[in-house]
Amino acid sequence: MTLLSKPWIWAYLAAALTFVPTAMLSQGVGGAWELVLAALTFAAFSVLVGLGQMLVITMGPGNIDLSIPATMTLAGTLSLKYMDGAAGTGAAGLAVALAVGLACGAGNYLLIRLLRIPPIIATLAASFLYQSLAIWSNRGLRIKPPAWLADFATGAALGVPNVAVVAGLLAVLFWVLLERSVYGRWLSAIGQNQRAARLAGVPVDLVRMATYLISAVMAALCGFLLSCFSGGAALNMGAEYLLISIAVVVIGGSSIAGGNSNVPGIWGASLFLFLIVSMLNSYGLGAGVRLIMTGVIIIAIVAVASGSRRAS
Amino acid sequence: MRRDPRILLPVLSLALLLAAVFWVQPRAMSYFGINLLFNLAVPIALATIAQMFIIMVEDVDLSTGTFVSFVACVTATFLVETPLLGSAILVGAILVYAALGALIHARQLPAIVVTLGMSFVWGGLAVLILPAPGGAPPDWIRWLMTSKPPLVPMAIVASVLIAAVTHLLVMRSAFGTLLRGVGGNARSVARAGWNVTWLKAAAYGLAGLFGVLAGMSLVGLTTSADANIALRYTLLAIAGVILGGGEFTGGRVSPVGAVIGALTLTLAGSFLSFLKLSPDWQIGAQGAILILVLAARLILRRGRAAA
Amino acid sequence: MGEAVSAQSGVAGPPPAAAALVELAAVRKHFGAVRALDGVSLAIRPGECLGLVGHNGAGKSTLVSLLNGGLEPTEGTIRFAGLEGPGAARRAGVRTVFQELSLCPNLTVAENLRIPDHDLAGPGWRRRARAAVRESLAQVFPGHRIDPDDTVADLTLAERQMAEIAIGFASGTIPARLVILDEPTSSLDAAIAEQLLAHIRRFCARGGAVIFISHLLGEVLSVASRIVVMRDGLITDERPAGAFTRQGLVAAMGHVGSVAVAAVRPGPQAASGEVTVETPEGIRARRGEVVGLAGLAGHGQAEALKRLYLGRVSGWQASRTPAAVFVAGDRVRDGLMPLWSVRRNLTLSRLVALARAGLVDRAAERSLAEDWRSRIGIRTADTADPILSLSGGNQQKVLFARALATDAPLVVMDDPMRGVDVGTKAEVHAMIRAEAGRGRTFLWYSTETEETCLCDRVFVFRNGRISAELTGAEITEERILEASFEMKEVRP
Repeated sequence: MTLLSKPWIWAYLAAALTFVPTAMLSQGVGGAWELVLAALTFAAFSVLVGLGQMLVITMGPGNIDLSIPATMTLAGTLSLKYMDGAAGTGAAGLAVALAVGLACGAGNYLLIRLLRIPPIIATLAASFLYQSLAIWSNRGLRIKPPAWLADFATGAALGVPNVAVVAGLLAVLFWVLLERSVYGRWLSAIGQNQRAARLAGVPVDLVRMATYLISAVMAALCGFLLSCFSGGAALNMGAEYLLISIAVVVIGGSSIAGGNSNVPGIWGASLFLFLIVSMLNSYGLGAGVRLIMTGVIIIAIVAVASGSRRAS
Repeated sequence: MRRDPRILLPVLSLALLLAAVFWVQPRAMSYFGINLLFNLAVPIALATIAQMFIIMVEDVDLSTGTFVSFVACVTATFLVETPLLGSAILVGAILVYAALGALIHARQLPAIVVTLGMSFVWGGLAVLILPAPGGAPPDWIRWLMTSKPPLVPMAIVASVLIAAVTHLLVMRSAFGTLLRGVGGNARSVARAGWNVTWLKAAAYGLAGLFGVLAGMSLVGLTTSADANIALRYTLLAIAGVILGGGEFTGGRVSPVGAVIGALTLTLAGSFLSFLKLSPDWQIGAQGAILILVLAARLILRRGRAAA
Repeated sequence: MGEAVSAQSGVAGPPPAAAALVELAAVRKHFGAVRALDGVSLAIRPGECLGLVGHNGAGKSTLVSLLNGGLEPTEGTIRFAGLEGPGAARRAGVRTVFQELSLCPNLTVAENLRIPDHDLAGPGWRRRARAAVRESLAQVFPGHRIDPDDTVADLTLAERQMAEIAIGFASGTIPARLVILDEPTSSLDAAIAEQLLAHIRRFCARGGAVIFISHLLGEVLSVASRIVVMRDGLITDERPAGAFTRQGLVAAMGHVGSVAVAAVRPGPQAASGEVTVETPEGIRARRGEVVGLAGLAGHGQAEALKRLYLGRVSGWQASRTPAAVFVAGDRVRDGLMPLWSVRRNLTLSRLVALARAGLVDRAAERSLAEDWRSRIGIRTADTADPILSLSGGNQQKVLFARALATDAPLVVMDDPMRGVDVGTKAEVHAMIRAEAGRGRTFLWYSTETEETCLCDRVFVFRNGRISAELTGAEITEERILEASFEMKEVRP
């Protein structure tokens, strides 16, 4: 199997292609390194939500988590409110954020299961509730994160941004989960044919619940880190991550038809999505052109990648 | 004959919500009140029908909202200033939709991602056309959307008309049946010698057409446009199709149901402003109503299964 | 009429006067390196019913796709009533009823006629479609209970197959002149199948032509005027039906061994084990017993099995030793994981036992797969090959192996021999007997009475209820048929 036949290679090639012209505009090697660090930092947030969304999408057509932005916002808001900028509350704050994630994931799954409605509608309806909760608890106040958490989220260890390290470690964990664990096998089986999976003894309900929980917890973690990173939770902080979470999964080479997921591709696609925006920015293009180019490139990549995948 | 009772549930949901509205606010039971309640129903219904054509061929369109916004921007600018160019742009947009359908099928692309990409494109174009809110609708659209027919408000007349036309097109015509066949079993349609790429292009083209109508009618109601005017339509339209008894797979859709689903969602929005609910909870309550309606649908379906 | 009579009377080729409806000349079809068809010449003339037999992978499906214009040959020519090229098959009146059900489930029966009939449009098309389907249904399956306005998804499997066949024969803008029936009776019970065979005879007598493909050789022998035997992409034998016997046909298809029904008759020890299954419907099974579920297709057997299985195996937990395992007959719908290798498909039900700390022990997995590959005779070079690279029969063996590789005491089988060739059947029968001897209980639903006769105990279903329970020597084809049609009292 050659490198070119790996479905994730396209995301990295695209990232490299956008990196070169952007880096050329920056000041020398130092500027290029700055760009790398920025890309790693911002891609890390996309990776966090992308990993969770990937598990959900792997369960096959109809499975998608639209509540990611609302969960991010709610987790960021409530955890920062709990910590209230005080020192020594970091661990508890993280626990609050993750608990919010668990609660949102459980809420999503309950709706899917009890109302037997498609996940796209269940997570959408639930996200309205989460968003309202966030608005209600936030009250327009912007609470700052504890200083050391803010430093951690914006800092770096050995030159690599901390958030990128977190996202990197989690990506490895997810890779093991998908490629080596029983859960990963079950997930893929459900994605290929849920009915057959159930008849083969796969605990379908358990796996589906776990997957929606994981996706929400990852969104909550991302919301927590992002609000520490940007000095407070904002009500619209999750908005752009809905499209991003889906885009990185698909550009990264996971099959939207289910059953087939791809962890390395999530990183490649996240880097690419950041780099393309910064490339268009650094060439001084307006918001309109930037959006159009982003869209055209996403479509082009998917068209090229899926064409070559079919040929192989 | 085993009749499909799919349509019964959306009708009941709408009736229930309407009863709740009238109970809370009896004064709404008037020409004026109903007009107010269903004020934005027409563009939402048209956008829902647009989404339905995509769901009918087993895809989902994530660009409905930005597309309707884009059309609104074109309608409020080009269509007023240079009607010929404006019309050409809108026709071109429909052709782009059709081409996307063909591309998605011919290359077996995931529709979710392609339409996701297109949502960036339409959004970008809309920002280029109208960087700041503004523009004005052509007079004839304004006149049409604000006209007051006798006895029944315009929103209701238009909704009935939309439902009737799309029902004939999708459920009755030979062509619509073929399109539903693509959703039901594309393989056997292809095996019977049909060009499925063309059929998908047709379904997407129809979605584009109804998206254009949605954008035009929206500007007629709001009198101005901006690039973000209809972003929430993507999710509203999907929810409307599902509330109307449609399913994501198998080409199972109901145009009448979709229009009723759209009316239900519009009504839910108006109902909340009637209740003078704190703005914090507006969105949440809309979600809660969506959940309630779906729960009611489940209970009704169970009851029917038991009977 | 003259042609029809001569074809029915068993003359090898119809008189040359009749122009061929379809004529294949030295047709080859290759998929990459695979030679699905390797030089086939064949002509079908009005009035004849051509029986087409051969094992899975012999090239029948490819031949069907070429005959209905779905595929273009790699080499050679196909002429449809003198026409060539895309659309020629349809214009020549060639209709196909495919092996897997291929109606659009979201449309009504009548609306489904719109798919094959391209010119069915314009005002009143629904009325015309309804009339055509109603007429055809009444002709082919007198006494049916299908309304042309029924949505296909609401029909039972058998009714769907009936609807599809009726659409194949329905009058249309282009009349049906050659109808290709690929395993048309797979979901039909004997009485309905007999109605179809009678209709085929009438249709051919009126000058129509039929290609009839079936694993049930008795049906082929009874309805066909000429039989073509395929093997490895070639026509290896072609004779008037009268010149074949059942044994001759089996031999021509290329399998030496056949199912010896008597050889696997149960031993008396089976009845002595403790009762391990008892359902509300009244199904009872003992340890080590092979229990058959019989009756007409769609009378509640599959549902009873699924209820039993889903009741015993939770969707919330998985254990090292599942309470029951399931062998699917509808492989695509209920069994296969199409993206996976043979190995992953095989080990799916045993994953918990194969895991350490939640991770799959891949060495243990490989040896388990290798073990079963040799035990059940799965023909594949490497268990890492994709499952879809196997033939249907071998895929079915993988599904058997998936179930038998667990330690589950109960094996539930939902018509697992559908579309499986004679050789594979014999091998799997032997395997089931051996496993029952080790103390497992088998619940086996089959649409073929021949298979049910191999069981220790048989429950015959009718209208969702058990109409008879037969054991030992009572299990005969006659008794099962009798109970399938008439409600008998359930014995205590």
